[in-house]
Amino acid sequence: MNIQVIIKEEENLIRGFISGEIDAFTAPILREKLATVQQKENLHTELDMSEVSYMDSTGLGVIVAFFKNVNANNGHVKLTGLSPRLKRLFDITGLGEIMDIETDDKGGNI
Amino acid sequence: MRPFDYVEIRVPAKPQYVGVARLTISGLASRVGFTYDEIEDLKIASSEAITNAVQHAYSEVDEGEVVVGCALYPDKIEIMVADHGKSFDFEETKKKVGPYHEQQEVQFLREGGLGLYLIETLMDEVKVHHQEGVTVFMTKYVGEEQVEENVETISS
Repeated sequence: MNIQVIIKEEENLIRGFISGEIDAFTAPILREKLATVQQKENLHTELDMSEVSYMDSTGLGVIVAFFKNVNANNGHVKLTGLSPRLKRLFDITGLGEIMDIETDDKGGNI
Repeated sequence: MRPFDYVEIRVPAKPQYVGVARLTISGLASRVGFTYDEIEDLKIASSEAITNAVQHAYSEVDEGEVVVGCALYPDKIEIMVADHGKSFDFEETKKKVGPYHEQQEVQFLREGGLGLYLIETLMDEVKVHHQEGVTVFMTKYVGEEQVEENVETISS
């Protein structure tokens, strides 16, 4: 029941590595970490979610808020390394069509 | 003898206990014989209901409790989540929960948002009851097909 969030700033690219479980308890931690990302025009961001073992609507809410903020400044958010389970969560909520999502290329269930 | 085993969990209405309840439900679901994917669905659906209850209880009293009742059958699990700290008579409360009416539940929907939508999508039956707080009653059957999603899994 823990979460780890690491934000790395590279030139014109912000990379976030999220690992652990995202739920009602840990989502606020993720929100705070993502809030430290300086919003600017044309910001490119990538969130690596390959180590996220659980997520529910509380996590979706935080990701969507971040997505909206970045988009408002003509930036881009890409989610990478999603397990089929995680991808499904985005798909059934309709977010899969709106967001740029790259699934885990290992394929199959993890 | 009643036709099901009953397990009740009471946790403080605080976010750090949502995961504890989720873990317990995951264990119970695996006892019933659900598949990996079904257990993951149950984990999300029950967490959503418990999260709602925690947030609801928080706004009203300081030291609320959330009660999660699980009835384990050979072919299904019934989970009841109540945001008022009192223990409930599972069978009695089950009789009271009505079908889910979209218009009636607008208030709850707004609060629950995506959460309630996920509960409905991931569980086979969902009922909501308003009296002394909100009670969510949900059922999942072992081996019930979840058509749309399975297609994708096969193709990947």
